[in-house]
Amino acid sequence: MLDLTYEAPKPKVIAGATGDWELVIGLEVHAQVATKAKLFSGASTEFGAEPNSNVAFVDAGMPGMLPVINEGCVAQAVRTGLGLKAEINLWSAFDRKNYFYPDLPQGYQISQLYHPIVGEGEVLVEMGNGTARKVRIERIHLEQDAGKSIHDMDPNMSFVDLNRTGVALMEIVSRPDIRGPEEAAAYVGKLRQIMRYLGTCDGNMQNGNLRADVNVSVCRPGAYEKFMETGDFGHLGTRCELKNMNSMRFIQMAIDFEARRQIAILEDGGEIVQETRLYDADKNETRSMRSKEEAHDYRYFPDPDLLPLEIEQAWVDDIAATLPELPDEKKARFINDFGLSDYDASVLTAEVPNAIYFEEVAEGRDGKLAANWVINELFGRLKKDEKDITESPISAARLGQIVGLIKSEKISGKIAKDVFEIAYTQDRDPEEIVATEGMEQVTDTGAIEAAVDEIIAANPAQVEKAQANPKLAGWFVGQVMKATGGKANPAAVNALVMKKLGL
Amino acid sequence: MTDLNKLTIAEARDALKKGETTSVALTEACLAAIDAQGVLNAVVHKTPELAMEQAKAADARGYADAPALSGIPLGIKDLFCVKGVDTQAASDILKGFKPEYDSTVTTKLFENGAVMLGKTNMDEFAMGSSNEHSAYGPSVNPWKVDDRQLTPGGSSGGSASAVAADLCIGAIGTDTGGSIRQPAAFTGTVGIRPTYGRVSRYGIVAYASSLDQAGPMTKTVRDTAIMLTAMSGHDMRDSTSADIAVPDFEAALTGDIKGKTIGIPREYRLDGLNAEIAGLWDKGADMLRDAGAKVVDVSLPHTKYALPAYYVIAPAEASSNLARYDGVRFGHRATLGAGDGINEMYEKTRAEGFGAEVQRRIMVGTYVLSAGFYDAYYNRARKVRTLIKRDFENVFASGVDAILAPTTPSPAFGIGEVSDADPVQMYLNDVFTVTLNLAGLPGVSVPAGLDTNGLPLGLQLIGKPWEEADLLNIAYSLEGSTGFVAKPQKWW
Repeated sequence: MLDLTYEAPKPKVIAGATGDWELVIGLEVHAQVATKAKLFSGASTEFGAEPNSNVAFVDAGMPGMLPVINEGCVAQAVRTGLGLKAEINLWSAFDRKNYFYPDLPQGYQISQLYHPIVGEGEVLVEMGNGTARKVRIERIHLEQDAGKSIHDMDPNMSFVDLNRTGVALMEIVSRPDIRGPEEAAAYVGKLRQIMRYLGTCDGNMQNGNLRADVNVSVCRPGAYEKFMETGDFGHLGTRCELKNMNSMRFIQMAIDFEARRQIAILEDGGEIVQETRLYDADKNETRSMRSKEEAHDYRYFPDPDLLPLEIEQAWVDDIAATLPELPDEKKARFINDFGLSDYDASVLTAEVPNAIYFEEVAEGRDGKLAANWVINELFGRLKKDEKDITESPISAARLGQIVGLIKSEKISGKIAKDVFEIAYTQDRDPEEIVATEGMEQVTDTGAIEAAVDEIIAANPAQVEKAQANPKLAGWFVGQVMKATGGKANPAAVNALVMKKLGL
Repeated sequence: MTDLNKLTIAEARDALKKGETTSVALTEACLAAIDAQGVLNAVVHKTPELAMEQAKAADARGYADAPALSGIPLGIKDLFCVKGVDTQAASDILKGFKPEYDSTVTTKLFENGAVMLGKTNMDEFAMGSSNEHSAYGPSVNPWKVDDRQLTPGGSSGGSASAVAADLCIGAIGTDTGGSIRQPAAFTGTVGIRPTYGRVSRYGIVAYASSLDQAGPMTKTVRDTAIMLTAMSGHDMRDSTSADIAVPDFEAALTGDIKGKTIGIPREYRLDGLNAEIAGLWDKGADMLRDAGAKVVDVSLPHTKYALPAYYVIAPAEASSNLARYDGVRFGHRATLGAGDGINEMYEKTRAEGFGAEVQRRIMVGTYVLSAGFYDAYYNRARKVRTLIKRDFENVFASGVDAILAPTTPSPAFGIGEVSDADPVQMYLNDVFTVTLNLAGLPGVSVPAGLDTNGLPLGLQLIGKPWEEADLLNIAYSLEGSTGFVAKPQKWW
């Protein structure tokens, strides 16, 4: 298989009053593990259940209750690690992160600070025009989600919903390799795509199943390169952490705002205070949540209720054997095998069902033509109807028929659109439509010749004009097409018209 | 039969089998003794209805092929969750808490036919060595000297007092740093702390998870063996419970210890060790030698670091384990004033709900885990723990089968005598017991004699991991050699 090659994209540069600034960004992405049960209990992870209905005794922090690891969550984390080409740690361990909050019943979150289950990996983030950023993954660890505190239901009381408490999260920590707001959003999008391919996270950002903490700092051009050479963070600016972002658009807007805020402070001779900030989408601004001094002391220590998590290489290998073709590989294959453009291949591999559909349409046919039809006609039509590809009224087999009919010149591209519309709206078979409706392209030169002769005979003035100016011959082609109900082969019509006019 | 409550488990079992008595009669005798416990304050939540129901069911089933504890009335430490029964770990913060679930240990006991008489007193959240730190008030030792009331030790003081005073046939406790063995020694009873992982911790209110282990507290070594067999076993609900077969511990009690090697750790002979205890220790070694064992000197060089390491690790884990008592979901919640928010709720609830010793350990634990101190305290204590474990491994690898040491540095002390002093004085009580908790090893305390004041003294045998059968057999031999049969005179 051919590896696609990319150039690194240029970092985003913001021009300040005192010169240019560059951005340095690292993300901690929290992805809810797609499993039926929670990380350490058998309670359901179903979204949208009645408040406090998916809560086991251990989730509620009842006295004497103990956590027991859910093997399915471990398998999903390993699978994700393999999908990000990361090192899998056969020995990992759980730690307690201690803090008080009403939606944290145990008074601590079980996480993996010291020994995460997944080590270093990498993700390729395409940025268009043949550029892509290679973002290094530092680690992925498993941890418990917290519950939900609800403060706006009653003026005097807060409510707590523990349904989410203890649900398994993967925290995917990147290196500070991301150099602009668009790259950050694209990075999250790429992680989402890979995890959806793997089936390890549904990527639903609206439900909070995928969210990110974004670390942003700014520096002068050249400083980042020194950091990369030496690994010394001293070359970079002081960072601020933007908490809990759950929309790609907001991630971009928040980073942009935050970078400009930091630049304004620095250019005024001020200093950036390391702190945690919240993005307010309504006002498009970030606000301080707590400073480093106010930061919690989480008093991490190894969870004595859990033994170290030891897994075997053979088990990891079994999981690796079930890995699907991943986006990068699928895209490269589409480009190589079907001759698609980078853009078309990206669109068709964005989601697995798209790719499956396309492959069925293109199977044994013209790949480029198939891609055009899937992307331009089908996707456009589905979008208009607000339908998902899995709800497409026209099957891949039928769209494939249309592509085949065009390629074999049974119908013209123009007629094909009509066939598509009928097949789409009436749930009919394209080959049957063409036959029943008499839409087959006329390639019989005798029939076309008769029509050409008839029109030339009826329009002597136009003949004269066309003979003087051959550009006007098109008029005859149009008339013939009209007379044949669009079914005549346009190339054959054109040739005959030219011949008969003596051009 | 008279004085049914004074029977041992083995005696009661035989009497039930022969039809000489019934569980109902045994249970009634114990309930009557509990009603007359007075100042002992050993049983703090009585469950007579549950007890009679279980006793009747046991009698109805009959005793032909009955499980080991069928019809035997027991006291249950207040740390064990029992569905629908008050479980408050002797703390005001859990006042009124009735769990919706059973601990694995009580489930196993009930499956083995046991009868639950009630919950026994203890130090709050198992933190203490005198049972004086209890929301129920102190439990008192049935042994006394003149008019001086003594503590039964702790934290499982109520269970020890109840067994010694024949309020029950047997009881269960937990041992995090000596909480079974020290009260057993103070009350002339037998108690074992099993190998860490032998008994499930599921449903036991946690103190220090890496050290907590439940065990029986009984009148004889045989009774301990019977109960331990019933309580032990792998439990999927406790990740630290070991998937290791449970032998019939009673069947291992042959009394034959010929060829066994007993180690006497020289580091346990502390300066200023109570002369009577030192003498008893020597006598115990002689008895084992006389029974055919080889007695050798051994060295556990890191012993002196055990107590400080324990008092770092146990509070550290406790500070986290007890964070859940926040007034949000169950137990006590402080009445709040106008303008009080969530932080005030936490502070007031925990200040009102926790006693002084629990608060002290939460603060110590929070401190040793905090940024900047973690390495100096917690991490260092963990390293010490590894070294202590290695000390024991080396001794056992040299061919030693069990280690003999005193259980406590003194006999039972008076109520208020130590608790009113510096807390460290109280912690020093655990000097001989905490080492094996840190190493995860089993240890059994056997009453070995009376001091000049007529108070019982205990000797402790420390065994190899998972070798409780061997350990109990050595304890059985020692018990036979000492011929200890003394009982406290009823004065309460």
